[in-house]
Amino acid sequence: MQIYLPIADLPVNVFVILAMGLAVGFISGMFGIGGGFLMTPLLIFLGITPAVAVASVTSHIAASSMSGAISYWRRRAIDLALAFMLLAGGIVGTAFGVWLFTTLRAIGQLDITIGVSYVLLLGIVGALMVTESVRAIIRVRQGKPVELRRPGSHTWIHGLPLKVRFKRSRIYISAIPVWGIGFFIGFIGAVMGIGGGFLLVPLLIYVLRVPTATVIGTSMVLTLITMASATVMHAATNHLVDALLALILMVGGVIGAQFGARAGQKMSGERLRLLLGLLVLAVGIRFALDLVVSPENIYSIRPLDTNL
Amino acid sequence: MRARAPFMLAVLLALLGASVVPAAGERLVVSLSNHRVMITSNFVGDELVLFGGIEQDQSSHPRRGGYDIVVTVAGPAQSMVTFRKSRMLGIWVNADSREFENAPAYLAVLSNRPLDAIANAETLRRLQLGLDNIPLPQRASVNIADSSSDDPFRLAFIKIKTDHGLYREVSNGVTFLAPALFRASIPLPAEVPVGTYEVDVRLFADGTQIARAPAPFEVYKSGFEQVVTVAARDHGFLYGLGTSLMAVLTGWFASVVFRRD
Repeated sequence: MQIYLPIADLPVNVFVILAMGLAVGFISGMFGIGGGFLMTPLLIFLGITPAVAVASVTSHIAASSMSGAISYWRRRAIDLALAFMLLAGGIVGTAFGVWLFTTLRAIGQLDITIGVSYVLLLGIVGALMVTESVRAIIRVRQGKPVELRRPGSHTWIHGLPLKVRFKRSRIYISAIPVWGIGFFIGFIGAVMGIGGGFLLVPLLIYVLRVPTATVIGTSMVLTLITMASATVMHAATNHLVDALLALILMVGGVIGAQFGARAGQKMSGERLRLLLGLLVLAVGIRFALDLVVSPENIYSIRPLDTNL
Repeated sequence: MRARAPFMLAVLLALLGASVVPAAGERLVVSLSNHRVMITSNFVGDELVLFGGIEQDQSSHPRRGGYDIVVTVAGPAQSMVTFRKSRMLGIWVNADSREFENAPAYLAVLSNRPLDAIANAETLRRLQLGLDNIPLPQRASVNIADSSSDDPFRLAFIKIKTDHGLYREVSNGVTFLAPALFRASIPLPAEVPVGTYEVDVRLFADGTQIARAPAPFEVYKSGFEQVVTVAARDHGFLYGLGTSLMAVLTGWFASVVFRRD
């Protein structure tokens, strides 16, 4: 069934969009990531312009995060204090990122910066997660004692001042790295146009040693707030949010997120980290191929005066 | 003024080296099947039909080569950037770009036989007919100049637009139903931009243009499509709030519906 999208200015098959929303929603519910880094390329592949795709995906991410967050909330797996402290750092980071974005665009180095940082980030984060979780799984197989939600020992991060107790996550940690991570995620999100969930989840797990169970719910609350505000900002400045496209994606996304959240809670922490690591690595490799493999057509066109 | 026009034309054609000065006796009458193409939620593209007749009066004499018709449909102007990737330090980046200022977002050149059979290259270039001759002013840093027809950026731009079905040159797009009666179908793919489209119908005989007629039409959004477009454009902040609220409600609704515990 074809339907014409009012802002994207082209007809799409409703069921294709619905299925895409469902699939990405499942992944986002399972891992507590927004899934924008998966959805945006899919929409661009359908012929939707990058600017409209990015702007509309934000509201889809907000919807699946909301759906997932409620289900984690009922299971008491959300650390609100941690979420809001991350958000505080995130706002400053976003402002700084927007500034850098504008500067890089002005000197014409934006494309290469985004391309290379995507590959580096995804590649490094993915590889680290895969090796760590494989090691953990092997340890479990060999019957050695499971390191209870604390891979590795205490590091210098735990020696920092300004300690705060996060009751839900059962961690007692300095506020400085929490703000720092929030700042970094906000910064990366603004420069690269991503929600940053796939970075936030491993950072919380490995740097702050937050248990995998609360990480996902907490990350979802953060994603919900940032993506809902991003939708408003995109709509107010670029006027490129396609509400109809967003609605179809959302309906698929929220249903997918429900099943994803359930599947995620049934899985062990190591296995979940391994799967997310593989996913991140795969996307990183795809972007690396884009950069390295000779393109079919070295020319591309896009309308003037859009942000992307 | 009126009396001088044919004389001026004759002089002009004589200067251009035309061997026979044609008497401008023919007149073109054209009509479109629809002057307003409406985009609704089930729009998947459309096709307009253009009908035309050639009126002859006493002064017109029979043409040995018959008539030829070239229809140029140009959509609303849109500024575009064409990027060219090249390898830098082993990775492919958009290294070079050209801005095409006010290029038509849609362009169709329809004729009853190949353009080069209708008129010579010089005439086609002067009348800006065909994808090779359409003016596409481009900007490289500060200079604006019309690109030469073999410019790689220009060729790439036209190729990509053609692949999307937005640019086309159809040498059998005009059919003669009778010696002085023709029809042409104008295909509008689903991605056509909204705006005013200029249709320029030109009548040729013996390699020379002898008459010309316009037939503009409009593509516009209606109903739901238009409401959303206007809301997004004029009330961006409220529209964004509404979309966010929709997201939150959809998410909440799903968690209620799928609640199992």
